[in-house]
Amino acid sequence: MTKTVRRSAGSPKAGAGGFRSSSRYRTYVKYRFVFGFLVVPFGLYAVFVISPFVQTFYYSFTDWSGLSSDFKMVGFDNFTRLMDDERFWAAVRNNLILALAVPLVTLSLGLFFAFMINIGGRSRRGEAVTGVAGAKAYKILYFFPQALSIAVIAALWGYIFTPGIGVLEAVLPSSLSPENGWLGERRFALFAVMIVMCWAMVGFFVVLFSAAIGQIPKEINESALLDGASRARTFFSITLPLIRDTVQTGWVYMGIMALGAESFAVVNIITIGPGGPDDSTQVLGVYLWQTGFTQAQAGRGAAMGVCLFILTMLLAVAALSLGRRRDRIEY
Amino acid sequence: MTTAEPTDTPRAAEAPTAGDPKAKKPSSPLLKPERSIEGTVLNVFSHGFLILWAVLAAGPLLWALMTAFKPSASILESPWGLPDGLHWENWSNAWSNANIGRYTLNSFVIVIFSVPLTMLFGSMAAYVLARFDFRGSRIVYFTFVGGMAFPVVMALVPLFFVMKNLALLDTRHGLIMVYIAYSMPFTIFFMTTFFRTLPSSVAEAAEIDGASHSRIFFQVMLPMAKPGLISVGIFNFLGHWNQYVLPFALNQGDEDDYVLTQGIGFLFAQAGYRADYGRLFAGLMMAALPILIVYAIFQRQVQAGLTAGAVK
Repeated sequence: MTKTVRRSAGSPKAGAGGFRSSSRYRTYVKYRFVFGFLVVPFGLYAVFVISPFVQTFYYSFTDWSGLSSDFKMVGFDNFTRLMDDERFWAAVRNNLILALAVPLVTLSLGLFFAFMINIGGRSRRGEAVTGVAGAKAYKILYFFPQALSIAVIAALWGYIFTPGIGVLEAVLPSSLSPENGWLGERRFALFAVMIVMCWAMVGFFVVLFSAAIGQIPKEINESALLDGASRARTFFSITLPLIRDTVQTGWVYMGIMALGAESFAVVNIITIGPGGPDDSTQVLGVYLWQTGFTQAQAGRGAAMGVCLFILTMLLAVAALSLGRRRDRIEY
Repeated sequence: MTTAEPTDTPRAAEAPTAGDPKAKKPSSPLLKPERSIEGTVLNVFSHGFLILWAVLAAGPLLWALMTAFKPSASILESPWGLPDGLHWENWSNAWSNANIGRYTLNSFVIVIFSVPLTMLFGSMAAYVLARFDFRGSRIVYFTFVGGMAFPVVMALVPLFFVMKNLALLDTRHGLIMVYIAYSMPFTIFFMTTFFRTLPSSVAEAAEIDGASHSRIFFQVMLPMAKPGLISVGIFNFLGHWNQYVLPFALNQGDEDDYVLTQGIGFLFAQAGYRADYGRLFAGLMMAALPILIVYAIFQRQVQAGLTAGAVK
């Protein structure tokens, strides 16, 4: 490195002041440094993240099988064919249910627990605003599932749902424990997937919302307490509006997980097929992989990828505009 | 009903006397007892709920731990019963015969490279984006950070062929590179914010002393960014260790090369016809326990690391 500096500094040195102290040299050094530091991270990112994403859009208009290198453009054929594909619509429907119900349940539980753990306890030990007794232990315990891999969680719940060895049939009335277990029954299979996903994620939101609640100045909660606000009132009038941004971010994050990676892992590992029985748990991610890879219809799989992308964007836009903050409290 | 009659009267008689001293206080006398009743009902309800979820969170793990010590036959006989002894053979069986040891080692080898390299490349890019003004810096930043909004699953099929064409399919270094690339958005997002908050006076002093840009980065800024690096490092460690989708698609070669998450999925798929449940639960616990123990020790840092980026 020192060599190049000397060489480049050599020739224009005859000019006034010398090149090394000129501002042009400083700019050159700056750009060399900026480029040097960006080239590896951006190169990796471009090859493995950007290029596949762009290719998804391109291949969605082709009839590429994925096996050979020849294919031709077919316009919107892949998309029009998807419109008649019942399995595709089952996947979209299940994905939508997952993307709405799972965040709703997970975030509500997370909010409730975070509130109770941080400011739900009342007038203990002289402090005005505290969490319930044992708050610390709850926080650690609730977070346990989040430290585990979704594969481990899925497999664990897979056993819980398995008739014969699982604990589920021992707890539930027989009308809710079908002979083949929840995963073998159309009515229950998607519920089973939802339970696994919620169970896996609640702990994360308890911690996330706890951090957000921790940023609310104590005085605000204290004054609410002095004014005699009930817990429910405190929650809806103070806590929730003040951590709204975090809730929103959480909703988008959870929605993306429910549409993509998380549902893919759970459905892929524990359901019959995967995606069964009778497509009752089919999701876009899994169907996309089956079509594009196992059935060698890469173009059609890519079209599903585009649909998944559109769904994700719609969800993000909806979540961000619905929860837009109308009142802002400075703190 | 009959027993309720006599007890009712003394309570009614007591009520005004109990309320009396309170009524003397200046604050509204009627509200107080009412609120405390509402308070207790809420208390019982909320505490019940908190405890219920604690049981739900820990229960399945305890059940799996218990089951991991039972011989397979007794698992099917009494899924609820306590084990009649500690059957460690399940664990050794899972470690060697079910390849859990091998899968753990594979995961370990990948993570030991992918996490430090992610941190290095991520903070290099973040440092440049946070502290240097150059043409196109905003575009580069948003290209990186925008990646957080895309579902990984959507590009899986093209990604498979990118890897295939580069001869990186089913290789460890290929998987490491992909892990690094997919961790860039969050790492850069987080570290850029972090580098922006660091005081610039120290870096300026070093510059006046004649330190080069890269020297300032490695010897001044990076050590100063240690708290941020630890937070994102933990996040990336958990993310890489627990990654399922990427290895599922890109590491399908030899069964011996599976990472832990794939191994668990594979074991689960075999559960039906092998029926060696003791071994499977032991395998599951082997994958879960080390992470849980590490988490229990470092839970403060883990929680801080996971939330640091999302909460302003």
